[in-house]
Amino acid sequence: MKNPQAVRYLALVLALCAAPFVIYPTFLMKVLCFALFATAFNLLIGFGGLLSFGHAAFFGGAAYVCAAVCRNFGFTPELGVLAGAAYAAVMGALFGWLAVRRSGIYFAMITLALAQLVFFMALQLPFTGGEEGIQGVPRGRFLGLVDLSDNIAMYFFVLAVCGAGFWLVHRTIHSPFGNALTAIRENEARAVSLGYAVGRYKLLAFVLSATISGVAGGLKALVFQLATLTDVHWHMSGEVVLMTLIGGLGTVFGPAVGALTIVSLENGLADKVGSWVTVIMGFMFVLCVLLFRRGIVGEWAAWRDSRHQKNQLPAPAQAAPR
Amino acid sequence: MNSQVLLSQLLLGLINGSFYAILSLGLAVIFGLLNIINFAHGALYMMGAFCALLGMRWFGISYWGALLVAPIVIGALGVVIERLLLRRLHGLDHLYGLLLTFGLALIAEGLFRWGFGISGEAYPVPESLRGGVDIGVMFLPLYRAWVLGASLAVCLLTWFVIERTPLGARLRAATERPQQTQALGINVPVMVTATYAVGVALAAYAGVLAAPIFQVNPVMGSNLIIVVFAVVVIGGMGSILGAIVTGLGLGLIEGLTKLFLPEASAIVIFVIMAIVLLMRPAGLFGKAT
Repeated sequence: MKNPQAVRYLALVLALCAAPFVIYPTFLMKVLCFALFATAFNLLIGFGGLLSFGHAAFFGGAAYVCAAVCRNFGFTPELGVLAGAAYAAVMGALFGWLAVRRSGIYFAMITLALAQLVFFMALQLPFTGGEEGIQGVPRGRFLGLVDLSDNIAMYFFVLAVCGAGFWLVHRTIHSPFGNALTAIRENEARAVSLGYAVGRYKLLAFVLSATISGVAGGLKALVFQLATLTDVHWHMSGEVVLMTLIGGLGTVFGPAVGALTIVSLENGLADKVGSWVTVIMGFMFVLCVLLFRRGIVGEWAAWRDSRHQKNQLPAPAQAAPR
Repeated sequence: MNSQVLLSQLLLGLINGSFYAILSLGLAVIFGLLNIINFAHGALYMMGAFCALLGMRWFGISYWGALLVAPIVIGALGVVIERLLLRRLHGLDHLYGLLLTFGLALIAEGLFRWGFGISGEAYPVPESLRGGVDIGVMFLPLYRAWVLGASLAVCLLTWFVIERTPLGARLRAATERPQQTQALGINVPVMVTATYAVGVALAAYAGVLAAPIFQVNPVMGSNLIIVVFAVVVIGGMGSILGAIVTGLGLGLIEGLTKLFLPEASAIVIFVIMAIVLLMRPAGLFGKAT
């Protein structure tokens, strides 16, 4: 084979298609939704250098919107997810417009505060069901044809949407726009002096990240057939930060690996340790920041590179000018 | 509407405002020297309140004792946190400090929720401050008057120490130029530790003051800290007096909103933050960055 990367992608796709026949599909769908959410979040922090502490507002808000239109107006699932994404895009534009006025630590505090605004709206607005949330959301029929109440059919719907989302993020990172974002992260002053409209780039990245988070939130509402306050709580914003951090900030696959890690951990631990999940998550934050800043994928890449370099020790001699 | 309701709501607003002031003051001083936004500030405030509650229950420490003991205990915890954890982040992007302290806040909240449940427990108002006096326009509950006075006194004391004493001058020097200050023979690392300890001790002090007014519960800190972040964004972290004025003002506005538009009272500060960001992105008292 000429292209090992293409082979690897093909193997990954095949594995994902076979997975629901081996592993519990609902678990897989949860992982996929959170993987998409974390990947969207990583677009902002990993490539734009902007730490948003309010992404639950897009994820959870879109879950509410999707759940509401599907249950109350009989939207088909794909339209429900689109409605959620549209909401997230509008909110992303609004939040981003306010938040990109400040950077660094203030950016994090502003997004957190704005997300808290959405949390209180979700608590108080008439259509959100208060503490109960919106329950019994119908999954409906995809394009009016395929019944998604079947878990396998739902899985492939989720897989297709998430696949499209991953592809979009991947394309964005490797586009000239993605390069400009990286330049802004590395040296904002220089990017300004090179003539980039830095604020506009940040805003666009924010809207994109929010919209894809909204897609993930809408899907999650359909998978579990409910939208609750948990989805818009600041714990959720923290959770996506942790997923991205543990997988590896600024790596392509890190967030997905992080999502898999955290969701498996939660599923495995929830019934055994109850409220200790919060404590364990806290410890993971501390350990990651102190010892493990590159995350799983980042550490792995660093280990691979160092081995690669060792194998090619006589490299300086070869690097002579041709 | 009678003036009693109006004035007591305003007083409660001012009390909340003075808590905002104490906490945002601590955040600003810590940020100045450590370049870290202390997400655990709310958790330490909560632990201050629990110190008072458990101190009374287990050791029979009175309210007045707790007012002294809780800040010392939490300040000592702050020394440990700074020496053991935060010091290792020196020189890294300050987002890591936010993430680390966020983790600490989760740990504290989770532990206390495991130990005490989520519903919260009441802490009695001290004997000597029960009841109230009629001051003509309203019935003034003694305890609330005391809280307002005690927290304002601490705010002004902090301002005085930082702006008007030799110690404060050194602190300000270390904030501006840490290396140069160190070269002049001032022990900056000790100062950093002490600053963090005093900052979190202030939070614990506010926690003890708050204990008899609100329920002592594990999430009291995280609900507060997000509002305090908004207060910090509104005021900017440039000036001590600015933080005090912003905190009190926002507490008042929140109190008024509770009276006239109760459903908006939870969000009014966030809305104000959005407006301030539009008009003056650097904050009311902030320097443009």
